[in-house]
Amino acid sequence: MIRIDEYPTHELNGIKYRCGRVQPFGASVVGNSGVNFSIFSSDATYCELLLFHHGVREPFARIPFPEEFRIGNVFSMIVYDLDIEELEYGYCMDGPYDPEHGYRFDRSKILLDPYAKLVSGRNVWGSEPDWEDPFQHRGCVILEDYDWEGDKPLEIPMKDLVIYETHVRSFTKDESSGVRYKGTFAGLLDKIPYLKELGVNCIELLPIFEFDEFENSRVIDGERLYNYWGYSTVCFYAPKAGYAASAPLGLAADELKNLIKQMHKAGIEVMLDVVFNHTAEGNEQGPYISYRGIDNKTYYLLTPDGFYYNFSGCGNTMNCNNAIVRNCILDALRYWVADYHIDGFRFDLASILSRDENGAPMTSPPLLETLAHDAVLGKCKLIAEAWDAGGLYQVGSFPAWGRWAEWNGKYRDCLRKFIKSSAECGPELIWRLKGSPDLYGNRSAEASINFITCHDGFTMYDLVSYNEKHNMANGENNNDGSNDNDSWNCGAEGETDDKEILSLRRRQIKNAAGLLLLSRGIPMILSGDEFANTQYGNNNAYCQDNKISWLDWSRLKENKDIFDFFKTLIAFRSKHPVLRRSDFYTGMNSLGYPEMSFHGSRPWEFDENSPFLAFGFMYVEPAVDYGTRDDSFIYCAVNAYWESVSFELPAIPEGMEWETVAYSGDDRAKYDKNTDNSVTLMPRSLMLLHGHTKRNTRKGGKKDV
Amino acid sequence: MFDFKVTENAGEVDVVLKGRLDATVAPQLHEEMAKMQGSDIKKVTFDVKELEYIASAGLRVIIFTKQKLGADTQIFMKDVNDDVKQVIEMTGCDNFVTII
Repeated sequence: MIRIDEYPTHELNGIKYRCGRVQPFGASVVGNSGVNFSIFSSDATYCELLLFHHGVREPFARIPFPEEFRIGNVFSMIVYDLDIEELEYGYCMDGPYDPEHGYRFDRSKILLDPYAKLVSGRNVWGSEPDWEDPFQHRGCVILEDYDWEGDKPLEIPMKDLVIYETHVRSFTKDESSGVRYKGTFAGLLDKIPYLKELGVNCIELLPIFEFDEFENSRVIDGERLYNYWGYSTVCFYAPKAGYAASAPLGLAADELKNLIKQMHKAGIEVMLDVVFNHTAEGNEQGPYISYRGIDNKTYYLLTPDGFYYNFSGCGNTMNCNNAIVRNCILDALRYWVADYHIDGFRFDLASILSRDENGAPMTSPPLLETLAHDAVLGKCKLIAEAWDAGGLYQVGSFPAWGRWAEWNGKYRDCLRKFIKSSAECGPELIWRLKGSPDLYGNRSAEASINFITCHDGFTMYDLVSYNEKHNMANGENNNDGSNDNDSWNCGAEGETDDKEILSLRRRQIKNAAGLLLLSRGIPMILSGDEFANTQYGNNNAYCQDNKISWLDWSRLKENKDIFDFFKTLIAFRSKHPVLRRSDFYTGMNSLGYPEMSFHGSRPWEFDENSPFLAFGFMYVEPAVDYGTRDDSFIYCAVNAYWESVSFELPAIPEGMEWETVAYSGDDRAKYDKNTDNSVTLMPRSLMLLHGHTKRNTRKGGKKDV
Repeated sequence: MFDFKVTENAGEVDVVLKGRLDATVAPQLHEEMAKMQGSDIKKVTFDVKELEYIASAGLRVIIFTKQKLGADTQIFMKDVNDDVKQVIEMTGCDNFVTII
């Protein structure tokens, strides 16, 4: 059937067009070569569509929206006979310029569509832009017909996740990565077998929405510094083109979708770190990219005299609980779930999303409630970084509606202190190992994203190798980055050839990994920690596009024992559902044991309310309760003391025996099941034992830890 | 400029592509490939020795061909230069086509 609205009604200098459809916002392909353009502005008095050939400074067409093309606050038109592979587009808008009252219209600026599905202008990472070009971030049109071959988001139960946080470029940019397309989405593809071997089932990517690596770029000591992490969004709908090897051909979306599809085939979810709290437009001195020139009053939180509130620490704050912005954020998240099959989101400085239009925290923020209950987002994971730069700290109290999990900053702080022998943290550690019921008692351990390191701060190796941050390379006189790292260098600052110190560092990394992967809650690992990657003491590598940030894969070979330790612990966690239980059950299980118990050097004798450095904790996993093949006792002896400590092992039922699964010590002191009912742990070490049915009494005697 | 030539022999189809397969010409090729739907085609080989450019719309014709002709039809691409090969690999089009 031929529709009568498939034909143009207007023509201007050979360009044919007609009134468009207000929904969906953005640019959508219509037929073979038509594009529907639709954009919102509540205060614009004039709107013009500009069409460009790829990379050309001057537009080949400027089409003003006739008054009859505006419905409400939406301008829309369909333009015909466009070569969408060669097309770039933007808008010019006019309206009042009255900053004191929030209006900043400037007809001379060319504006990026907030709903652009692809943005060019930074297609090749680090390639110097043409700064004279008035249109730096240029909207592109994509075909939204990707063949997913039956793929969908994996919907792995939250309690079963092991999250692996990484940066697309850092992960494979270094020559040592050995991949074909280094530092790109396509490069990540080649590391899927590695991730599978490690055993993680969720990869969380630092921001991949289009951002400008040249924002605040500068040269320090001959080294160009970038907006490397990308926590400064240019467009919420477009993948970072510079992360795609195929971006010069306009294929960034396809490349990312293929990565997600292949990750899913490997059983690995893909989660995005998203930044909705502010944009790349900065404060009053910042550039016009998009929102400022389209509807400044709507998109940003403004002071009574028209300045930008700065709860993000980055110059501006998105007006997240405004109905228009709320819908914009919701539309974006729905798009990433529906069109990219994204499995979950981690929201940067999420507490900003709970602020009202005056910046005050709300008890029931409409945006967070909307996201919690949205139909399309119904099965995807929502994780909050539950604080902001304006002083709001909501760990344990983030408005969750039973849906939101949180990065547990208290877990990080407590674990770091305990590992470096802070006995006062012992009592709190008990709560953290249990999944933080003190914080999430009315919810579940699934709300607690447990981590010791993340992109923000020291890597694990640096945490045990540096007392102080070493950020001089950032060009801020070492004033940037946190001073409260709870780190300990084990006896020498930075690199050393002291064997005892190096040995202690290895143990400390394993101790941290052991506690993390045996805690209830959701473990998150910083990529590279599993082979002791270093940032050379830089705890804020946000601007470092070089060896400081790039993972050095040669360390994987050097630190194979650490990798194996992580791998063993992840596999063990995967096999034992008792470790992943999330409902804070405190009763006895069907074997007559408490499911999780704590012990001193003698079993069942322990004062968990007084400071301590050595203790044991035990999970009991009855097969009948968990559907496993056999009953399991899981005992972890932890010695954060600077001397050796012996632990008497808890008695287990007749016919069962203990077996060592992993030991962080390097003294080869393993539990001897024939002679001992105790283990002696060297200073600052951890041992995991598995109590199971004696092998020689089991059918086939097959090992199953 | 873009040009293509399709020949069929006993259920095996050869498609020679030359020049720039961009969004303006992809619909022509798409239309030609669509005609094969329902035929007993066992093998389609795209000869891309003289193909200079392929991107979004062109890749979709390849994928469309695979989808329409079904799982029993093998799709090959031969004489692939490095630029085209990289596009195929980076976007995962090699899930649909075998490079020979």
